[in-house]
This record gives sequence, C-alpha cells and structure tokens, in this order.
Amino acid sequence: MTAATISFPFQADFMQRALVAGLAVGVFAPMIGIFLVQKRLSLIGDGIGHVAFAGVGAGLLLSVSPIWVALAFAVVGALGVDWLRARRRVAGDVALALFFYSGIALGVVFASLAGGLNANILTYLFGQPLTVTRSEIVVTLRLGAVIAITMWVLRRSLFAVVTDEEWSRAAGLPVNGLNSLLAVLTAVAVVAAMRIVGILLVAAMMVLPVASGQLLARSFRGTLIASVCVGVGSVVAGLTASWFWDLAPSGAIVLAAACVFAVVSLVKRTAPRSLRQEEHA
Amino acid sequence: MRFGYDREPVLEDVSLGVSAGEFVALVGPNGSGKSTLLRILLGSLKPERGSVRIFGADPDHLDERWRLGYVPQRPTIASEVPATVQEIVTSGRLSRRGWWRPLRREDREAVDHAIRSVGLEPLTARPVNTLSGGQQQRAFIARAFASEPDLLVLDEPVAGVDAESQRRFSDSLTHLIDEHAAGVLLVSHELSAVAGIVDRVIVLKRRVLFDGTPSELMREGVSLGIHRDDLPLWLEGLG
Repeated sequence: MTAATISFPFQADFMQRALVAGLAVGVFAPMIGIFLVQKRLSLIGDGIGHVAFAGVGAGLLLSVSPIWVALAFAVVGALGVDWLRARRRVAGDVALALFFYSGIALGVVFASLAGGLNANILTYLFGQPLTVTRSEIVVTLRLGAVIAITMWVLRRSLFAVVTDEEWSRAAGLPVNGLNSLLAVLTAVAVVAAMRIVGILLVAAMMVLPVASGQLLARSFRGTLIASVCVGVGSVVAGLTASWFWDLAPSGAIVLAAACVFAVVSLVKRTAPRSLRQEEHA
Repeated sequence: MRFGYDREPVLEDVSLGVSAGEFVALVGPNGSGKSTLLRILLGSLKPERGSVRIFGADPDHLDERWRLGYVPQRPTIASEVPATVQEIVTSGRLSRRGWWRPLRREDREAVDHAIRSVGLEPLTARPVNTLSGGQQQRAFIARAFASEPDLLVLDEPVAGVDAESQRRFSDSLTHLIDEHAAGVLLVSHELSAVAGIVDRVIVLKRRVLFDGTPSELMREGVSLGIHRDDLPLWLEGLG
C-alpha cells in the first residue's frame, strides 16, 4: 500500500491506531510539560526516559511486559531525582546526569543479557507508532487519562507551587507532595508515550509545544490550551508527513513541533513593532 | 523567645503580639533578626526557647492556614510561562478553599475584590512580568488578600516601589483593617507610606528596643513620615 493508492493518510488501520495513540500523547505531554518548563526542569523527562529504558531492558530480560517494568523504574527514578533536587544533596543537573547515565547503562546491560540490542528494543528507544497494538493503545489512553484528569483537577495548586514555591509553603500548600506527584506523573507520561515517540524523543513532546504555546498566549491557561493544540497539530502533521514522504513517524512528529516553534518565533520576531507594543499595552 | 545560629544569639528575650485590627510595624537595622523572626512566625524555623502562637496554635500546626496572609520580600516568581494578575491572585484563594477543591463563585468574587482593593482591575488580564515593580508588588499583596486573612505579614513590601503604588498600598491596608478587622505586621525600613495608619512601632535589634505608638517614638526625636529619612538614619545609628 503506497501513498499513490490512498490519498488520505488515515484510512489504513495502522495509521488510525497511530493517530489515536499519537493524539493522546499530543494532549497529555504538554499538560505535564507546562509545569516542568515553569519549574525550569525541561530536561527531566529526558532523564526519566533513560531510567525507563533500564526498565524496558529488565522487562525483556525477565520476559515481563516492558511497559509495566519501565513504569516502575521510571516512577522510582522520578522520585529519586525529586528527592535529590529538593534536599539539594547534589546540584539539580548532577542529579539528573546521575540517573540519566546510570539508567541508560543499566538498560544496555539488561538488553545485552536478554539477547542483544534488537529491533524490539529500538521501538522503545525511537518510538514506532505505526506498529502500536490495540492493547498498547488502551494502556496509553488509560495512563493519558489519569495524567490529564489529575493535571486538570490540580492545575491551580500545581501552578502556585511551580510559580512561587516559597509563598506556597507559607500558604500551607503541600509543596513536597505536589512536587512528588508531578515527578510521578512525568514518569507515567514518559512510559505512556515511549512506544509512540520513543524514550529519546519523549521529552521533546513535553517541551516543544509549550515553547510555542508561551509565545502564542499571554496567560498560563492560554499557554496550556495553545500547547495542547500545538501538540495535537504536530502529531497530525508528523504522521501525515511520514505517510507521504516515508519518514520515521516519531522523528517527523517532533520535527513538526520544532517547525511550529521556529515559525511562531519568526512571526513574533518579524511582527510589526506596533503590534508587539499593543500586546504589552 | 530565643533563637541563634551556632550558639550566636540572633533573637533574645523577644516578646510581642499583634491583636485583631492592629497595625504593627517592625523595624530594625540590617542583621537585627527581623527576617529570622518572620521565618519563626511562618513556621520554617523553630525557636530555641519560648514559643510562638498564631491564633492559639503552633505555626506548623495551624489548620486554618488561610488566616495567615504573607507577602514575601521581592517575590521571585518563575516567569518562563506567562501568568496573569488574575491567575496569581487566584492562587491566593487555594489555602482558603482547599488545594484540591474546585473554586466556587464566592472564591472568584473574593479574587475580584482583592484585585479591586489594590487598584489593579484594569490590569487583571496582563502578564505579571510585564508590570512595573510597584504593580507587581500590588498583585502579590492582592494574592495575600484573596484568602481574607485575619493576620497579614508583609516583608519589606514597599522597597523600591513608586509613590502611586505606595499610596495604593496604604489605602489597601486601611481597607483590610477597617473592613475585615485584620491584624497587620509590617516589616520595613521605610514607614513613610504608612505613617498615618500605624498603631504601634516595634524596634528590634536582637532584643525589642522600643515598643510603642508613633507619637511615643516621636518623643524620642524620630518621625515616621515628616522627615522620611529620620527612621532609616536612626536605625543605622542603632546598628
């Protein structure tokens, strides 16, 4: 089946499955990402992804579903990074690097013990939405729903904590608990998205749509809505591009998000000065 | 109450209280222990001797935390993502409503009222990081007002703030005291903006050196408002 025989890319079953799973990622990844960007922890998703890779390797070694083992590793890793960061035992970037490299090294060792770095493990590293199964879609949708509902319900408290931690403590908000919850949900998001965009690119879907959204909107709520729109649009554009030009879909989705950011930045930069002044009036 | 770092006393024999509807100004030279006293009051430090009670409870175990409003010195809010005045002030309502509960109509009304009381209603939808220093400070004061606190603690709230914002600040504190009978504890070097509404002045330098009304302080030759440099110079002399 080629692009020449089907002009609409989402007629094929595997493309529809990729679209459903991808749209879920396009919604929940920026919902987490906006709080990580505000906390200046944009790269934490990347670090947790590397820990999740150790879980994938362990799952393959033990012949257990890699998703659930990866989830366990990612949650423990996320809480570990948050614990180190909060207690300032080591600098934030050193804490991330510690988990980052230990995770990937453990993943490589487990994978080699399980029979080597085969094509199966590469789908977790780089993502492959076109081969996602119905049961994997169900897992992604369920985890995505947990993330989206929790973030929506707690959006105001999380906003207060990531915007002004000192004041939030004085106001009696459970700052440590909310920070830990955010770390756990980041781990859940990484695992829920890893089959779609891959462990190495999952952080991009948390950060790039938010980077565009914050240029488009003038409020936190507006940035959240714009980021989700950019996330969803990037998934549709990336999958469409991968269909017509035979590109790796996960890479095409992330590149679409990067292109949106480049275009929005350019338009903002070249907008007439009067328009920009009007925005700040 | 007593507190020290590494056996070096920072606060000794400090005893003070703030009543409902009372406006107390706490002043002192640099290093006099004002910030330490505030941190003890907010529960982030524990006194070595003595105790602190807020509405009868230890600061750490104050269930109705909304009753204590706090305006930090030069709040450093993260501004990677834009946040409007409305969004910042709304977060002030969380401690009153419960951090996990959805806000109701009366919460939104309280937020609107807090924004109006600091004169920021024309700027409600503006990102806070595009406002002047004085306007930003008013937004943070409105955030503290939003929970309708019974005691408001402010740490150097008018440092480097323009005259218009100082006037608005004074009006909004008067409103809080008159309408809600709230107590106010203001920590500042500069009291000229609130000279007309302060009930009591406490001068701290490790111990309480002076505790009395502005007119009693005037008898010591120090004015709060007429000569706005008097107080800082006098405090410097103490240091």
